[in-house]
Amino acid sequence: MSSLIQGKFSKWETVIGLEIHAQIKSNSKLFSSSSTKFGSSPNSQVSLFDAAMPGMLPVINEFCIKQAVKTGLGLKAKINRYSVFDRKNYFYADLPQGYQISQYKHPIIGEGAVTIDFKDGSSKDIRIVRLHLEQDAGKSLHDQNPSKTYVDLNRSGVALMEIVSEPDLNSSHEASLYITKIRSILMYLDTCDGNMQEGSLRTDVNISVRKPGEELGTRCEIKNLNSIKFIKQAIEYEAMRQIKIIEEGGIIEQNTLLFNPQLGKTKPMRSKEEAHDYRYFPDPDLLPLKLEDDFIEIIKKDIPELPDERKKRYINEYKLSNYDSSVLTIEKSISDYFDKVLGCHQDLKKSAKLVVNWITSELFAILKKNEVEIHNSPITPYNLGQLVKLIISNKISGKIAKDVFEDMYKNSLSPEEIVNSRGLAQVTNVKEIELIIDQILKLNYDKVNDYKAGKTKLLGFFVGQAMQISKGKANPKILNDILIKKLS
Amino acid sequence: MEFNTITESLEKINSNKISIVELNDIFINRIKKNKNLNAFIYFDEENISQQIKKIQSSKKNFKLKGIPLAIKDLFCTKNMPTTAGSKILQNFQPSYESHVSQKLLDQGSIFLGKANCDEFAMGSATNTSYYGNTINPISPRGSQLVPGGSSGGSAAAVAANLCLGATGTDTGGSIRQPASFCGVVGIKPTYGLCSRWGIIAFASSLDQAGVFANNIADTAILLREIAGHDNKDSTSANREIPNYFENLNQDMSGKVVGVPKEYILPDIPEDISKIWEQAIKSLERGGVKVKNISLPHTKYALPAYYIIAPAEASSNLARYDGVRYGFRSEEGTSLDEMYELTRSEGFGKEVKRRVLIGTYVLSAGYYEAYYMKAQKVRRLISNDFNEAFNECDFILTPTAPSPAFPIGEKEDDPIKMYLNDIFTVPASLAGIPGISIPFGKSQNGLPLGIQLLSKHFDEQLVLNAGLYLEKNNV
Amino acid sequence: MKIDKNTTLKIAKLCRIKVRDEEIEELSSQLSSILDWVEKLNEVNTDNIEPLNNVSIATLPLRKDKENLQDQSKEVLSNAPEKLENYFAVPKVVE
Ligand SMILES: [Mg+2]
Ligand SMILES: [Zn+2]
Repeated sequence: MSSLIQGKFSKWETVIGLEIHAQIKSNSKLFSSSSTKFGSSPNSQVSLFDAAMPGMLPVINEFCIKQAVKTGLGLKAKINRYSVFDRKNYFYADLPQGYQISQYKHPIIGEGAVTIDFKDGSSKDIRIVRLHLEQDAGKSLHDQNPSKTYVDLNRSGVALMEIVSEPDLNSSHEASLYITKIRSILMYLDTCDGNMQEGSLRTDVNISVRKPGEELGTRCEIKNLNSIKFIKQAIEYEAMRQIKIIEEGGIIEQNTLLFNPQLGKTKPMRSKEEAHDYRYFPDPDLLPLKLEDDFIEIIKKDIPELPDERKKRYINEYKLSNYDSSVLTIEKSISDYFDKVLGCHQDLKKSAKLVVNWITSELFAILKKNEVEIHNSPITPYNLGQLVKLIISNKISGKIAKDVFEDMYKNSLSPEEIVNSRGLAQVTNVKEIELIIDQILKLNYDKVNDYKAGKTKLLGFFVGQAMQISKGKANPKILNDILIKKLS
Repeated sequence: MEFNTITESLEKINSNKISIVELNDIFINRIKKNKNLNAFIYFDEENISQQIKKIQSSKKNFKLKGIPLAIKDLFCTKNMPTTAGSKILQNFQPSYESHVSQKLLDQGSIFLGKANCDEFAMGSATNTSYYGNTINPISPRGSQLVPGGSSGGSAAAVAANLCLGATGTDTGGSIRQPASFCGVVGIKPTYGLCSRWGIIAFASSLDQAGVFANNIADTAILLREIAGHDNKDSTSANREIPNYFENLNQDMSGKVVGVPKEYILPDIPEDISKIWEQAIKSLERGGVKVKNISLPHTKYALPAYYIIAPAEASSNLARYDGVRYGFRSEEGTSLDEMYELTRSEGFGKEVKRRVLIGTYVLSAGYYEAYYMKAQKVRRLISNDFNEAFNECDFILTPTAPSPAFPIGEKEDDPIKMYLNDIFTVPASLAGIPGISIPFGKSQNGLPLGIQLLSKHFDEQLVLNAGLYLEKNNV
Repeated sequence: MKIDKNTTLKIAKLCRIKVRDEEIEELSSQLSSILDWVEKLNEVNTDNIEPLNNVSIATLPLRKDKENLQDQSKEVLSNAPEKLENYFAVPKVVE
């Protein structure tokens, strides 16, 4: 998939590496027992340790380690038996200790990979460099008071996994597919809630441009983007900015940038002379983390079927396309819904594609219109399965099915109940259909002559008339067959 | 003097020969009479009487019932302010009690006050405290000597009988050196024996809590009470704590003492070499075999320490930023200005020097050459001890290279001041236990200390050898 | 290592300590002599020696993931030099 950008004079390739900060799903923080709940009143979930009171010490949360290992396994990555917690030293109002406990030289997870899928059926592997554990910072609020910044430490110390990719991404589209895929894997694993609005998934984008085949250019880092839309916008803006500078004879300065969504622009975060020197060193309050094989084996048993495996299963068992399968599996809730529908009846497995169409067109549309999440859908997987079954067994036509579907959504009824109470069952009785056809042929005597004279396009008109009389219930195939027979 | 040991006082309290109030009044009056020593940063009679009331009304079987103690102002205390000797923590009132001091409270001891110390335990003379110098009570008439440091207030308070025992912390000698200067016993246990939780951190990989007392028996009693595993400190060792007091045994026959040749320095005063020899001879008379040993990397201990400790300190002290507690400069309109002014006004000279050195040795381009190098040398020093302990059971050295010196001396030369810890720092880097006990006097009649070192968690052995030397002094 | 005035100022900035003009000279020379002194370590051959970062015998203890739901904000804010509406307040940060 070509993703080169046309500059003024030549084509450019964008080179992107991402650092994703994923908040670990856990009850308590990485080094303290404060709650990780989102949206509580200011400083209500802050322990003495989180506030860096003198003499307070960190004690690590075992579950957070398990979550990191689980994620590492999900990313097909190397689990490091030995890792070290380091201090990353810098000053900021919402960093109470004056350092962040992170992992630098020896992260808990090493190299891994994820696959992204394109619409044309192709795919691409993105390499993961590492995943390490670290503390989240608190929050600074700059607009509560004209002369003050307010500091809320509720988030301070919540566990993060920083997932660092190789610069294997070459467009904003690839970046968005990659983040979507990582988010999907995390949610399948249940190691992160994936809630981007609440900041559970935040991304730093490292971006440079070059002419295809040339050396890597100087990169800039865009910090802390918390929506896929902004990530795409920021990448597109920044790539063009860099291309423009180079094409005008300038050079790119390595810089840390912030993206302003209102303006759609990036701007430097701090000037050069204030460049950070984090002075990493092993945290003397914590000993190295050593993982035993047993510990990892137990976690392995807990790994659910992941999107790629599900995708393969759909392709193999249901003969679905690569693209359909990846659309279904990217959101665990959709894929779970689909699996439940197919679980309703053996016959549905042969009509999986029909089920996919019902989910991705009718169901998505109605859920979106009503702003309902799929796991809360008033149409249960079982009922949707029954509906598709009615179609494939010719009990109702596809057209009637849409009508039934609307009714199912509104009244949470089963399709049989609706079909029966409204008398919508398809008419397959040949005699009954013959009667209808005779009726319309008699009424449209002139058109019958036209047809016989060669105007065969009129067949659609007769079908329409007959259907109208049957209130859409006549089996279309039988109807068609009889019509043709009677007209010839 | 009556009531100058814990053992005696406990016996009299438990047999109702004296009440807790009466016992503590003796010490309260002494503190009031000796205000000039400036041994305490915080002392409040009302606070003491509250504590006494609580102990009196309790039916619990306390092991340190009514025993008056001084707590180094580096331990966070729930009912007394805690400053670490720094302006930056002026008026800081912790809402929590350090693990070690809580254990002492749980046994019914009385905290008379918070003992003065060098600012953030950085010093060897208790002259960097924002709250003024502490004066060594053994100062001859007309002179003022330093008590050593950083736990100088604790050592001075015990030496002047202002309390029966005191807590201290030792990062590179901060218990042993002042014990030597003041003529009291001071022990720095194995790293990890006592919890660091609630103790204001200086250099986390070196900091250890310990105690001062007037003799070995009292030291053993106090050490037993403060030692023990704490799940709030991830470096705390999970081990059975022996009853050091009951296990005291001065029979040293058959033991091997190591005498490291690298501790024989050319410019050490003669009287110090003399007491060292006397101690060796005394042990020999008790049936101890003397072995000359080598700790080849000894002379690199101090430089390694003065990289590692400031590096950790520069990070540990980053939290003092005027945001959540402590002093904040009134000036400064931006956040960075507020930080810089707060830390510049709130920290004293020595602390700032060490924070700057520590920042430098960790900074980009220098980490490998300084910090990493120092940690490698630390490994060699630790290996030296491991090898030595294949040949001997414990090691005997002087505690400090000089007796207590006059206040004001060495003040303008940081390196000269750092050399005070030359004999104590190696054991800190290796994390092994060390004790200083008074042994002999200098030509001018000042107390001198002798240091005993042993393997990790072999506190009992240094206590026993200390007891032997205490009973077989010159 | 000779620490010049600029280096002193650079480190001071990193650790957020204001150094006044009249202090720079003396401080730089003190830092220089301390660094000169510790450079004695260069005499030691440390090839193939692993750094010793910690002397504790413990293995890293792991805590159970149990949350404390108690609101400790009163305790946590009680020493704050400036607090407003249950927030710590600092001079305005312009980003
Ligand atoms: Mg980053
Ligand atoms: Zn990070």
